Amino acid sequence: MREINGAEIILEILQEHDLNTVFGYPGGSVLPIYDALHSYREKIDHILTRHEQGAAHAADGYARCSGKTGVCIVTSGPGAANTVSGLMTAYMDSTPMLVITGQVSVNNLGTDAFQELDITGVTDSITKHNYLVRSIEELSDLLREAIYLTENGRPGPVLIDIPKDIQTSKMSYDNFQNSCSSEYNTVSEYKYIYEKPKKNETDEFIEMIRKSKRPVILAGNGVMKSNSSKELRKFSKKFDIPVATTLLGLGILPAEDRYNLHMLGMHGTAYANYAADEADLIIALGMRFDNRVTGNIHRFCKDAKIIHVDIDEAEIDKNKRADLHIVGDVNLVLKALLKYKAEGENKVWMNRVMELKKKYPLDRNFSTDYILPQYLISKISELTKGEAIVCTDVGQHQMWTAQYYNFNRINSIITSGGAGTMGFGLPAAIGAKLANPNREVIAILGDGGFQMNSQELMTISEYKLDIKIIIVNNSFLGMVKQLQEVFYEKRHSFVKLEKNPDFVMLGRAYGIDSYLAETPVELDKLLGEIFSKKRSALVNCIVSKEENVFPMIPGGKSVDEMIMSKEEL
Amino acid sequence: MKKYQILVIMRNRPGILSKVSGLFSKRGFNIDGITCGVSEKKEHFRMTITVIGDESFVEQVKRQVAKLIDVVKVQILDEKKVVKRELALIKVKSDSENRLEIIKIVEIYRAKIIDISHEALIIELTGDSNKVEGLIGVMDKFGILESARTGISAMHRGI
Ligand SMILES: Cc1ncc(C[n+]2csc(CCOP(=O)(O)OP(=O)(O)O)c2C)c(N)n1
Repeated sequence: MREINGAEIILEILQEHDLNTVFGYPGGSVLPIYDALHSYREKIDHILTRHEQGAAHAADGYARCSGKTGVCIVTSGPGAANTVSGLMTAYMDSTPMLVITGQVSVNNLGTDAFQELDITGVTDSITKHNYLVRSIEELSDLLREAIYLTENGRPGPVLIDIPKDIQTSKMSYDNFQNSCSSEYNTVSEYKYIYEKPKKNETDEFIEMIRKSKRPVILAGNGVMKSNSSKELRKFSKKFDIPVATTLLGLGILPAEDRYNLHMLGMHGTAYANYAADEADLIIALGMRFDNRVTGNIHRFCKDAKIIHVDIDEAEIDKNKRADLHIVGDVNLVLKALLKYKAEGENKVWMNRVMELKKKYPLDRNFSTDYILPQYLISKISELTKGEAIVCTDVGQHQMWTAQYYNFNRINSIITSGGAGTMGFGLPAAIGAKLANPNREVIAILGDGGFQMNSQELMTISEYKLDIKIIIVNNSFLGMVKQLQEVFYEKRHSFVKLEKNPDFVMLGRAYGIDSYLAETPVELDKLLGEIFSKKRSALVNCIVSKEENVFPMIPGGKSVDEMIMSKEEL
Repeated sequence: MKKYQILVIMRNRPGILSKVSGLFSKRGFNIDGITCGVSEKKEHFRMTITVIGDESFVEQVKRQVAKLIDVVKVQILDEKKVVKRELALIKVKSDSENRLEIIKIVEIYRAKIIDISHEALIIELTGDSNKVEGLIGVMDKFGILESARTGISAMHRGI
C-alpha cells in the first residue's frame, strides 16, 4: 500500500492550490518538510532567504502582487518568532499569507522543550486565524481550511503550527485522497458568501448620491483586493465623483485620471484633504478610516453623510459611524451601482475640485545642485512611466514615493501601510519580482530601514533577481527626525545615522552592481543606465538632509491645521 | 451604560477561550463576566459574555467576536426575552448564636446551605445577579469569608 507522510501532505496540498513558490528557512523541527522539498524541487520552488523575517515579508510581497496566497515555511521557536513582524504587517494590510511553522513533537508540547514556543499563543492577535495540528488525520483538513481562510472574505495571514512527529507520521495515500473536502467542508463553518448587495441598499446609495452636491469617494486596499479598478473608474466617471485613495489604494486610478485626487490623510495631497473636508457625502470603499487617514476622527468630514462599503462587517462603525453601510465585496457593489442611471454631470463641484487641484499642487521646484528626495522619486516615476512595482520601506521616502511616484497600475505600491514595518521593503521586493518576473521592480528604502533587512541582498543576488534598489540616504531616521522637529522643538534625539556603512561596498560584497549618486546630474545618468539593464543594481543616493514631508496634518489634528511647507512650521 | 449579555457558540477547538479573551484585551473591551461550557452539541462550546456599555459598543463587540473563525453564532440577547442565572457559593462566619438567623434568611432567598462547620457555613444560591448581590449584602454583617460567583449564564425563552 502506498503511504504518504505529513510533510508530503503539506507539499501536495500547496500544489493542489497552485502555491508553488514558497519562501523559507530550515531548522530542526521542519527537517521532514525540507527533506520532502528536496524531492519536490521540480514542482515547488523554495526560495531561501537569509532571515525568517525576510521570508515572511517576501511571501507578503509575493501575495500582494500575484493575488495568490504567499507561503512561508520556518522552523519552531526562534524561526517562528522571527515571522512575527511579517505576520503583523500582513495582518494590518490584509495580505493572504500562510505561515507554516514546525513545532516540537506532540509528546514534548508544553515541556519547554528545545526550541519550543507557543507560537499560536504569540500570534493570536496578529493572524486571521491560527492552528496547532494535533494529529496526522486532521492535517490535510486544517491545511486546506487554512489556505481557504487566507484568501476568502477579508484576506489575511493564517499560521499553522505542525509538530515534527506529525510531519513524519504516515497515512495511506488512498485515505489521504479520500479525506478531501467531506469533513473539511463541515469544519469550515466560516464561509464567506459573495452576495450581490440588496436592491434597497443600492437604491438608497444612489439616492444619497443624487441628494449630495459634493460627493467624494475614498478608495482603499479593499478596492484593490477585489480587483475593482475598472469598475471604480467607470463609476467615478459616470456619476462625476472625484476619488481620493489611501496609501494602499494608490494606482487604483491612473495618476493622470481627471477624477484622481491621489492620496489623502496625514501626508496626502492638500487637494484630496480639502476636497474630503468640503464633501457633503463620503463614499468609503474598502477602507477603514485609519487614523493616518482621518486625523482627528471627530472633525474628519464632519459635514458629510457617510456610506461605507467593506467586506469586513467589524469595520462598519468601528472608527466612524456610517449613515449607510453595505457589507460585501466592493466589486459586486460597484457592478450593481453601475446599472443605475446617472443624473448627468456635477459641474459646479468638479470645477471646485479642479480648482483645488490647481491651487495646491505638490511642490515641484527641484532646481538644486544637490539631490532632493522628491526629485529622485519623480525621476524614477518618469523613467518607468509609472508602470513599475514600487516596494518601499517606512519613513519619509515612503511618503515621498506615495506623493511623487505616478502610480498608473494596480498592485504596484507594495508598502507596509497599517503596520509601518521598517525592513519590509527589500524582502517584499523579492516576493514582488518572483510574482512578476516581467515587470520592473524597484525597492525604495531609507538608509535606516535598509539596514533592518539588508542581508536579503544575498537572496537577490543568489537568485539573480532584477530588482533596482534605491537608498534614499539622508543620514537620518528621517521621519522620526521630522516628528521631533514638529513636536519636540527640533531636539534631535538619536535620529542621526552618523555612521552608516559604505552602502556601495556593501552591495558589491553581495555581488550586486552598486553606485553612489551625489548630484542630480550623476543621478540622472546612473538611473538611465541601471533602468536600461535587466539586472539588479543598487544606488546609494545622497539626498538633502533637511528635507521634510509636506503637506502634513500633525497626528490627531484636522485639515485646518495642515502644514504646507517648512516656512509654516 | 447598560449590561448586555452576548451569546457565543464556538467550535470546540483547542485554545478557543484564549482567542476570545485575547480579542477582548486586544480591542480594549472590558469583560464583566464570561461563562463557558459545552452546549447541547458536544462539538460546540457555549459562552455567555457580559459587557457593560452602550448599544454601539456591544454591536462592535458582537462584530469583532463574529470575526473569530471558530465562532459559529453570536447574538446579543434581548433583555425582554432572556432568562439569566448565576451560581454563587458564599462562605459566612457563623456560630451557634447566629446560625438560626442565617438559616432563616437563606430560606427567604430560596438558597441552600450545603456545608456547616463550627465557625462557618457555605450557602449555595442560584438566581439573577440582583438576587445574588442581595444575599451577599445581607450576609455581609455576619462576615463573608469567601465568595465564588460563576458569572451569568443566559438563554432566550421559547423557541
Ligand atoms: C521596525 C520599526 N522600528 C521603528 C519604526 C519607527 N520609525 C518610523 S519611520 C523611522 C525612520 C526611518 O528612517 P529611514 O529608514 O532612514 O527612512 P527616512 O524616514 O529617512 O526616509 C522610524 C525609526 C518603525 N516604523 N518600524
